[in-house]
Parts: sequence; C-alpha cells; structure tokens
Amino acid sequence: MKARVHVMLKDGVLDPQGEAVRHALLGLGFGTVGGVRQGKVIELDLADGATEADVTEMCEKLLANTVIESYSIQMS
Amino acid sequence: MKAAVIVFPGSNCDRDLAEGFRKAGLEVQRVWHKDTALPEGIDIVGIPGGFSFGDYLRCGAIAANSPICREVKVHADRGGYVLGVCNGFQVLTETRILPGALLRNAGLKYICRSVGLTVTESQSVFTRSYDAGETIRIPIAHHDGNYTADTATLDLLEAENRVAFRYTDNPNGSHRDIAGILSDNRRVLGMMPHPERACDPSQGNEDGARLFAHLATELASA
Repeated sequence: MKARVHVMLKDGVLDPQGEAVRHALLGLGFGTVGGVRQGKVIELDLADGATEADVTEMCEKLLANTVIESYSIQMS
Repeated sequence: MKAAVIVFPGSNCDRDLAEGFRKAGLEVQRVWHKDTALPEGIDIVGIPGGFSFGDYLRCGAIAANSPICREVKVHADRGGYVLGVCNGFQVLTETRILPGALLRNAGLKYICRSVGLTVTESQSVFTRSYDAGETIRIPIAHHDGNYTADTATLDLLEAENRVAFRYTDNPNGSHRDIAGILSDNRRVLGMMPHPERACDPSQGNEDGARLFAHLATELASA
C-alpha cells in the first residue's frame, strides 16, 4: 500500500520561494495569479497493514516540522 | 574542561569549531553522529555548521534524528551546555531543544559575508564577555537563516531576555532581527553567525574568540 504526504508551510509563514514563483509567473504574463505557495509531496511505499496513524506519527516525528509546516495524508 | 563536537555527514565547520574550543583551552573530541553516547565528562557539546545530510527534507531534520542527537538532548535536559552554530542552530530547533525554526532567507540567496551583531543579552556563559548593546562583527554563511517563531514564542524569548544576538542590518528576514537565542536555562545557545570564523588574527577578526575564551573561563570555575 502507499501513502502520499503533502507538506505545506502554514498559513502566515512567509514562503519566499512561492513568492519568487509568483513573480516569475506574472513576468510570463499570467496575470491571473494572485498567490503561490510551494510545498512538497512525499510518497511512501508501505507494508500491508500500515495505518494512517503510522504515517501521522512519521509526519510528527520527521516528515513535517509542525512549528512551520502543516501536512495532509492520502492513503491508497 | 572538555568539549565534544558532533560530526554529521556534510558537516564542514567541525574542525573550525573544535579549533575555537581548543584555542580557548578546552580539550576537544569530535564525535560521529552514529555514536550512541557522548564521551565521559563532557562540559559542552558543539554542533557545527555545514550541510548535514545534504540539507535533505529540511535543514537539520535528519541530523536531529541521529543517534547522537538523542544523547545531546539528554545532555541538554540535564542542564548541560550546548553551542549550535549555523546548521547546528537548525539542528537545535529541529530537536526542539530551542524553539522556532529557520526558513529560507527572505531574499532567497545564500549569503556569505561578515555582518554586524548587537549583543542583546550579556547574561549567559556565552555572552558575558560582551557588553549588552555592544556591536560586534561575525561572519554568516547560510541559505536558511530566517528565524521564525509564532508571536507568543517571540514575545516569550524577549520577555525572558533570551535573544542573545540581533542583526544590526537584517540580512535574511529573521523575525525581530534575531541572530541567536538562548534556552530557558540559558545553557544552550543557537546562532546563525559563525563565531569560530572570527577567532584568529589570520581570519581578520577576533570578535568571536571572546565567546570561546569566556566560556572556557566560566566552565573552569563552575
């Protein structure tokens, strides 16, 4: 089974990379872009029987820094 | 007095930090990240700058979960002294020994130059050789030095006089110009600037040597 973890900077935490991407998009003429936030996706191959609770623990201990980041988990 | 300097794959300031301690009169042992114990009788642990584990995932995140860092946390929880410089500061926030986090520099660029620091708090073993309010110059060399914490944490750090150094001219977007902070027992210092790079006339600046020299004096009399 697999899990996909999305890690994003929390709302209110400045995302200078997202800002740089926004500027670049505006420079390309994409005037509809209001804001950009950049995060990361982590895909995990898991042994059968692994639970979402296991992945939550992985996020809390390592995959996300909950001081500045939030995360969401999709199991499949 | 004895210092341990932790070495991770990708550390590149461990020798400099060891030399800073050694010149101040401390006996120094470098300790590999896979070790499961600190050497006996250690007075202070140094966590050096560099790019531990290639900065993969987040700066300091993998290092913070290495076997030796569990022991560093035990050492800090027991009231032991710890100095984390640059990547070492990032490791200290990732282990939650110090609050907050270091984000990408606001200007997105890696910055390597000497900067002015105001010594905000002189009441610690690390900063007592400086006068509060004194301006010193120390080099920085980082891509992720933008100190961030929530407002309550920042207010607490200021209320408890735990901001050790502030930038005189903020290079990286750090909240409240913070360049270095102390733990609540004032025995752990994390800072982005490199005092070990300002320790010898050949480096053109000895403002950092005072930190190590005074630290050694206080540890000897403790």
